[in-house]
Amino acid sequence: MYNINCDVAVIGGGPAGLAAAIAAKKEGAEKVLIIERDESLGGILQQCIHPGFGLTRFNEELTGPEYYSRFTEEVSSLGVEVLLNSMVLEVNDSEKTVICVNKEYGMTKVVAKSIVLAMGCRERTRANIVTPGTRPAGIYTAGSAQRLINRQNIMVGKKIVILGSGDIGMIMARRMTLEGANVVMVVELMDYLAGLTRNKVQCLDDFNIPLKTSHTITKIVGDKRVEGVYVAPVDENKKPILEKEEFVACDTVLFSVGLIPENELSKNAEVEICPVTNGPVVNQYMQTSKEAIFACGNVVHVNDLVDNVSAESEQAGKYAARLAMGSFPEKEKEIAVKTGRNVRYTCPHKLIKSNENEKVNLYFRVLAPEKSVKLIARCGEEIISSKKEYRVNPGEMNNLCIETAKISGNEIVIEALKEE
Amino acid sequence: MLKTDVVVIGAGAVGCAIARELSKYNVNVIVVDKNEDVGGDASKSNSAIIHTGYDAAPGTLESQLVVAANPMYDELCRDLDVPFKRIGAILPAITEEQFEKLPEIKAKAFRNHVYDVEYMSRDELLKMEPELNPEVKGGLYIPRESIIDPFILVQALAENAFANGVEFLLGAKVTDIKTENGKIKSVVTEKGEIETTYVINSAGLYCDEIAEMVDKADYKVVARKGQFYILDNKTSCKVNKIVLPIPTKITKGKLMCPTIHGNMLVGPTAEDQPSKTDKSTSTEGLDSIAKDVKNLVPNVNLRDTITQYSGLRPNRNPEGLNFNMYDDLFGYVNLSGVRSTGLTLSVAMGKYVVEQLLLSGAGFVLKDNFIKTRKGIIKFSEQTKEVQEELVKENPLYGNIVCRCETITEAEILDAIKRPLGAKSVDAVKRRVRAGMGRCQGGFCGPKVIEILARELKVSPEEINKNDPGSYMNVGRAR
Repeated sequence: MYNINCDVAVIGGGPAGLAAAIAAKKEGAEKVLIIERDESLGGILQQCIHPGFGLTRFNEELTGPEYYSRFTEEVSSLGVEVLLNSMVLEVNDSEKTVICVNKEYGMTKVVAKSIVLAMGCRERTRANIVTPGTRPAGIYTAGSAQRLINRQNIMVGKKIVILGSGDIGMIMARRMTLEGANVVMVVELMDYLAGLTRNKVQCLDDFNIPLKTSHTITKIVGDKRVEGVYVAPVDENKKPILEKEEFVACDTVLFSVGLIPENELSKNAEVEICPVTNGPVVNQYMQTSKEAIFACGNVVHVNDLVDNVSAESEQAGKYAARLAMGSFPEKEKEIAVKTGRNVRYTCPHKLIKSNENEKVNLYFRVLAPEKSVKLIARCGEEIISSKKEYRVNPGEMNNLCIETAKISGNEIVIEALKEE
Repeated sequence: MLKTDVVVIGAGAVGCAIARELSKYNVNVIVVDKNEDVGGDASKSNSAIIHTGYDAAPGTLESQLVVAANPMYDELCRDLDVPFKRIGAILPAITEEQFEKLPEIKAKAFRNHVYDVEYMSRDELLKMEPELNPEVKGGLYIPRESIIDPFILVQALAENAFANGVEFLLGAKVTDIKTENGKIKSVVTEKGEIETTYVINSAGLYCDEIAEMVDKADYKVVARKGQFYILDNKTSCKVNKIVLPIPTKITKGKLMCPTIHGNMLVGPTAEDQPSKTDKSTSTEGLDSIAKDVKNLVPNVNLRDTITQYSGLRPNRNPEGLNFNMYDDLFGYVNLSGVRSTGLTLSVAMGKYVVEQLLLSGAGFVLKDNFIKTRKGIIKFSEQTKEVQEELVKENPLYGNIVCRCETITEAEILDAIKRPLGAKSVDAVKRRVRAGMGRCQGGFCGPKVIEILARELKVSPEEINKNDPGSYMNVGRAR
């Protein structure tokens, strides 16, 4: 078997892997290797040809390819090594190895001092949410339709219904319209938007595409190709009200019903997985339950902004490098991060109090939309960080900055409180 | 006009098994099917179980053929490289009332000449199947109930028949059968007329419509829908054996079992319907599966589902498996009532049909150059690291993983497309190598498979279908 030795091995060359590899190199790791299954770097951003990336990080609006190009340029100028067309089959924690397969070298064993998981996520499918009906051609996840149009120049349909108001769904509504298709409606099960508000404005409102909240697709019709869908409003328990079901003719259904972190490799390496995010449990160094395995980006939790992914992945890369070089912070105490009122999950899931005083950016999502909210982090009754928000929404990530020196006790609770 | 000795109508399990059996003889055979791919309709959407026949109606042709077929599979699957496992089935009695029924079921198995059904105590069952409802009182164990890859079984039968000289005319719906002086003259298809001596109607769901062409439709086919769930191979609650409910007078009920590829299969419903094409799933149907199967395996996690599908069993009215030859129509063989046991009995039916033809005076002579074996597509993911290394060295395309969920390589997909009776559509690739059958359901590999198919078949990507013609996947180039 072909052997490669390195300090930090990064699995995945999308935005997370790129930022992690660059940070690891900058921190001083000598040999950093990105293993990527695609024929080029950039991950899903390669098919995201729309603008909207980089507003927080670069203070300008970039397309997906423009955004990742800034990183790939740095990857090559810094001398990060890249193994393309290489599918990782196994991550072994005890041997610190990554087994991958590649046309050129065949089976390849990468031996690393630390490993960063940056495999991203996959789309939830029509079958995952059990939408009844037939199984004709013309049913796509929004992301695969996006790949077909933007990378393979193939148009998937003419008359479109989209289920789910996630960001990819709304962006595809605009994209299909620009390509001359008729997007009949976007259907959303919840009574609120799943994605970013700005995407509703720019992708739906600007093109007069109706958004039907509290509705769902109850049945797909069509033998060989989709002929239409039945759409019905739902009651407070999200059950369709079948008396109000209506037929909507279309030839294509796109599903934008959520993303699932892709953790088959992590699970096989016995990394602890958080049941809420479906991603690894991590601390502020983005270190998983296995000392030498780090994780970042959408493999940990699904982000709405790539800018956050880059920031979070830099942490992973930096500390993976420090572990590889033997200069990892000395752990004094482990603090559990607990979710309080209207908080669905946090990332990181735990904090390490070390010999260094750190400012940690703690990301979290709320359970339900609310206006006039105070976000707090508290240890017992003592509030150690807080911030006011006019509005919070499950589709938009929140964050609080926490100084580890201020933490007392063994746990910290994150809450979104209603302001009177 | 094409000329042959035998036309087999239908390239499902039964048609392909008959064709393979006939290919042992010096006789010209053409298999015709309306679909573009071999594999039939009912043959590709069922519970993928090779039955023992323990619960058949004793004394019937169905009982005779199922019971005879089951022991044939060990050798057949070795010869034809078909994934097959004898995992066994259990029949747990959850209520006292069900427990009382066990002796009757065992006695019926005995009358079907299935002698190896055993009683199991509650403890034995729970040890065998820890996820079973703990209220179980006891049950039966049927060791030879087995699981198979139904797609590969039919492909293997067809490919082996092809290797032995059988021709396949696919995408060719039969529109008429011509007779002359009480004899078969020819079969008319959308792709031309075939002059023939024998016609074997193994058209499954459509066998009544074929029989009507020669005035032999003294029955109707009623489609009985069965809906199923497939669960992720990493689902939280798995069973090791085929877990069957105690049947009621109305239905055999809904089961849970592993598939040959490690997923869990849960279902089916049994719903008679007038349409022979409506394969939709429904909320009511799927909910009824959940309710019934939780009775057997309380922790079954249907949220781990990666797909749901429906199959249509070609039930016969009046009921029962029938084999018919007619004094007033020489050369015509009619098969009807091939239902849920059809996959199992297909190989025995192949032998039975040929035997009956020989008895009726068909002078088929055995060949001495019959090729008995067929090599399947090498599965990269199932090889040891050493073998994987060799494979990539010999053919670098084994190093290109196209379907990440099931670890399917480009080399496997090319083999599926290029082999005889190869894949022409995205679903046909999926049925041969499982690209797109994993948890993302083709979200990632689907667009790549379209590209590979277009390249290999030398057509534009717009011409690639999901399945049969009409199931177009895209409408042209983006602007």
